[in-house]
Amino acid sequence: MIDQIDALKARLRRLLARVLTRPRIDLPLAGGLLLLACVGLATLYSAGDGGLSLVGGQAGRFLLGGALLLLVSRIPPSSLRNWTPWLYAGSTFLLLVVAVLGEGRGADRWLDLGVMRFQPSELLKLTMPMMVAWYLHARPLPPSWKDMAAVGALIALPAVLIAKQPDLGTALLVAAAGAFALFLAGMGWWRIGGLLVAVGAMVPVAWHFMHQYQRDRVLTLINPESDPLGNGWHIIQSQIAVGSGGMFGKGYGHSTQARLDFLPEHTTDFIFAVFSEEFGLVGVCLLLALYAFIIGRCLWIAMQARDTYSRLLAGAIGMSFFVYVFVNGGMVAGMLPVVGVPMPMVSYGGTSAVSLLVGFGVVMSIHAHRKMHD
Amino acid sequence: MKQPRRRSIKDNRSESALFRRRALTGFALILLGLCALVGRYVFLQVARHDEFVTRSVNNRVKPRVLPPPRGLVYDRNGVLLADNVPAFRLEVVPEQVKDMKGLLHQLGMVVPLSQDDIDTFLKQVKQSRRFDSVPLKLHLTEDEIDRFAINRWRFPGVDVVPYLTRNYPQGELFAHVVGYVGRIDADDLKKLDEASYKGTTHVGRIGIERSYESVLHGTPGYELDEVNANGRVQRVLETHAPVPGKNLYLSIDARIQKAAEKAFDGRPGAAVAIDPRNGQVLAMVSVPSFDPNLFIDGISRADYHALLYAPDKPLFNRAVSGVYPPGSTVKPLLALGGLELGLRTPEDTVLSTGTFCLPGTTFCRRDDRRGGFGTVNLRQAIMWSVNTYFYKLALDMGIDRFSAWMGRFGFGRPTGIDLDNEAAGVLPSPAWKARNYKQAWYPGETMIAGIGQGYWAVTPLQLAHAVATLAGHGTPYAPRLVMAEQSGTAEPVPLSNPPDGPPLVSNPAHWKAVEEGMQMVVNDPRGTGYGLGKGFPYTIAGKSGTAERYSRTTDAYNTNKNLAYLASRHRAWFEAFAPAEDPRIAVAVVLEAGAWGASDAGPIARRILDAWLATQKDPPPDTPLPDVRTSAPPPGAPPPVDNTP
Repeated sequence: MIDQIDALKARLRRLLARVLTRPRIDLPLAGGLLLLACVGLATLYSAGDGGLSLVGGQAGRFLLGGALLLLVSRIPPSSLRNWTPWLYAGSTFLLLVVAVLGEGRGADRWLDLGVMRFQPSELLKLTMPMMVAWYLHARPLPPSWKDMAAVGALIALPAVLIAKQPDLGTALLVAAAGAFALFLAGMGWWRIGGLLVAVGAMVPVAWHFMHQYQRDRVLTLINPESDPLGNGWHIIQSQIAVGSGGMFGKGYGHSTQARLDFLPEHTTDFIFAVFSEEFGLVGVCLLLALYAFIIGRCLWIAMQARDTYSRLLAGAIGMSFFVYVFVNGGMVAGMLPVVGVPMPMVSYGGTSAVSLLVGFGVVMSIHAHRKMHD
Repeated sequence: MKQPRRRSIKDNRSESALFRRRALTGFALILLGLCALVGRYVFLQVARHDEFVTRSVNNRVKPRVLPPPRGLVYDRNGVLLADNVPAFRLEVVPEQVKDMKGLLHQLGMVVPLSQDDIDTFLKQVKQSRRFDSVPLKLHLTEDEIDRFAINRWRFPGVDVVPYLTRNYPQGELFAHVVGYVGRIDADDLKKLDEASYKGTTHVGRIGIERSYESVLHGTPGYELDEVNANGRVQRVLETHAPVPGKNLYLSIDARIQKAAEKAFDGRPGAAVAIDPRNGQVLAMVSVPSFDPNLFIDGISRADYHALLYAPDKPLFNRAVSGVYPPGSTVKPLLALGGLELGLRTPEDTVLSTGTFCLPGTTFCRRDDRRGGFGTVNLRQAIMWSVNTYFYKLALDMGIDRFSAWMGRFGFGRPTGIDLDNEAAGVLPSPAWKARNYKQAWYPGETMIAGIGQGYWAVTPLQLAHAVATLAGHGTPYAPRLVMAEQSGTAEPVPLSNPPDGPPLVSNPAHWKAVEEGMQMVVNDPRGTGYGLGKGFPYTIAGKSGTAERYSRTTDAYNTNKNLAYLASRHRAWFEAFAPAEDPRIAVAVVLEAGAWGASDAGPIARRILDAWLATQKDPPPDTPLPDVRTSAPPPGAPPPVDNTP
């Protein structure tokens, strides 16, 4: 018994030593993330009107996320795979707990742990693609009808629970992560087409079940002037910020929309509008290119991976990163309805920065273990 | 076509190739998506750049929500019961505060902040969006406003904001009827519609304030403000005025209400007066009461505990939530049932010997007079409150018909008055007993149910409703507190209140017999309530009731008959209506510690009738009142309330 504990202690100590001395990370990906974090902090400093407490808090989150990234990168994908069903079941269980006794404003999505509150839906962003990859790993690809139905059920249960919280943005991200794994597994094009048609046909049904405020957000998109106090105001002010930025922007620290408080939530969900105002189209293109690079690098790592689980997981994590960027960027530009999806690593707060970095830790691990045989 | 064990044919090489193709396709699609996004930014930042630059430069307009003023509450003559008075509060925009803890500390040295204020504020900050202004301290004193004005430059994001706060000028008198508003808290935010409560800090908690919340609240508006570079408002460009909540006119007459409350002289009890012609409540008091103004901005812990644990429970609305055994007050209602069901004629007599035993058993109960009342008919049975007559009648009726008949008066279920938290009470029936005790019904229980004892439990409101139904020749109306609604300064619109059931009286002679019996209670020298009608210009019909709080288990009751002892054991009831021939007011009074119904609760009922009479002086008593169902109270009529002590 004591031997075992000692052995465990020794293992932990060795693990810690290895993490610190020989981090197994992919340098291009790590460099991309570091650059993104710097851009995020700089934008936050400007958008938050020079408030150091905001930047400090965010930097703290990045440090925590970075530490977790290093730690997770040491876990071999085969271990992750073994834990996957439990992780998925555990996080889905927490979702159910929140559904029963959660607290939050208007939307029940938080679990209060006394010391900290967190959203179990955040966990699903990682455990969902893990579960889909785990399921498909043991089966021949491209997946059969039966397997696709099973994966569909695995995706739908948590996604519906999250959508009911109601948190449409996170539900979308979670479902997308699972769907990307299915796509990467080689789901037939005709079937993808059929699924898209089916989803399109479900839109009127979903509309029926949506909360009034969610419908309002869609309607406001069409006519922003109809809701001058709420989301219409968001959309109008955000577009003014983006549009007035022009080609080269107003310059760092010169976002009048944020400074004069015309743009609500300008440090969180709408921070990309501040970025666009200050750095213009050129800045937008450069930042989007950086995002594209990170996504591409994840896919490249996925292609190098040796087993199906690692491939699908790394690919899905990379691709779901795109959903953040597209949905938030589209929302800020008045192209998509206002949903609570942050611009990754740039928007202030939330547990999303930490969970994103943990996801990249998984990608790093897959990269580090690419040469090992499964 | 496919082998059953597909696991065996997993081909890593071809899967890897498939993945490679998919990953490349996926990346291509992602690039396409990003290009679409860039396209949108090109559209905004290049094609429409000039337009947005202009709008950005001219962007000096900010919307501001204008919460609707809450509707006022008046009595039937326009006496103000719930008012809005201007006040100032401190508000903070969390987004503009960099160090909230430090701010609260610094601000606390300028304007004293209680821990309650800070807790509520921080909770609300967590729940609202960071750019929404959150109230920190309500009802600033002038001194506090001045001190903040001097220090304002130190606190960006903090402002003094004028608002309307609720005020209840009548204080305790209407606390149980009008209720009060309280600050919106976390639980409320989940339930309330965010859009329509934006900028609103208070919501109805109990009473009319709660049950008519949707009417009183109104719809918020907004204005577009032109602001300078510091965000301060320069001028208002456009105003979309809020729609104020509707004003409410209660059917209660503040003069009757006041007289009723005074008549209790602080003794715990309740009284309800109802107009039998339409169900309108003319007075509703529960004694003791409390000051609703304490609750508006959050009552202090000490004050709240004092109210909560006071022995007489001033927060408890006895009129609608208190239940008591009705005792003999149900006898006239049962008598009417005997006539309507064809079990009795008014002239049928019963011999009262002083004791009545359930036939074939030794289950015996006494009359109030030793040796009995002799041979009595229906009128005399009501006048003397002869138990034997009603034991027998209840047994002849049987418990099923008994509870069905009494149920038609509204016992055993909420009356449907426009207030929350109404108790249902208990109407004895085998079904009720089976549900609550899982036991069979005994005939002895039918017998004592006939005199309002046993499982019976009624609220003062239920009894008043039943008496009003009786007085109104058997037409039941659900009791109503709100008589009319008024939008702004428009003419008040009366609310209709049609009968909520079929009439109970088929033959006017039946009603007449019961009414005569009840007249004799008050006006016949032999009646239990003789003297209560003295000097009243109309004939009063009434009935007393004395219900025991405990069953008699010792002989102490017979040997120790001083009034204080009896008062500790009895609930005293009195019910009455007037004018007896054409009733316009029906009253039920309960005194929690009254020795006898007629002598203790009776005078309270009389004082209520006197007050009602005084309100009928103009127009004079001999001309009937205008039909209050259609006539409206004068808007903004001068308060005719009698303030002389």
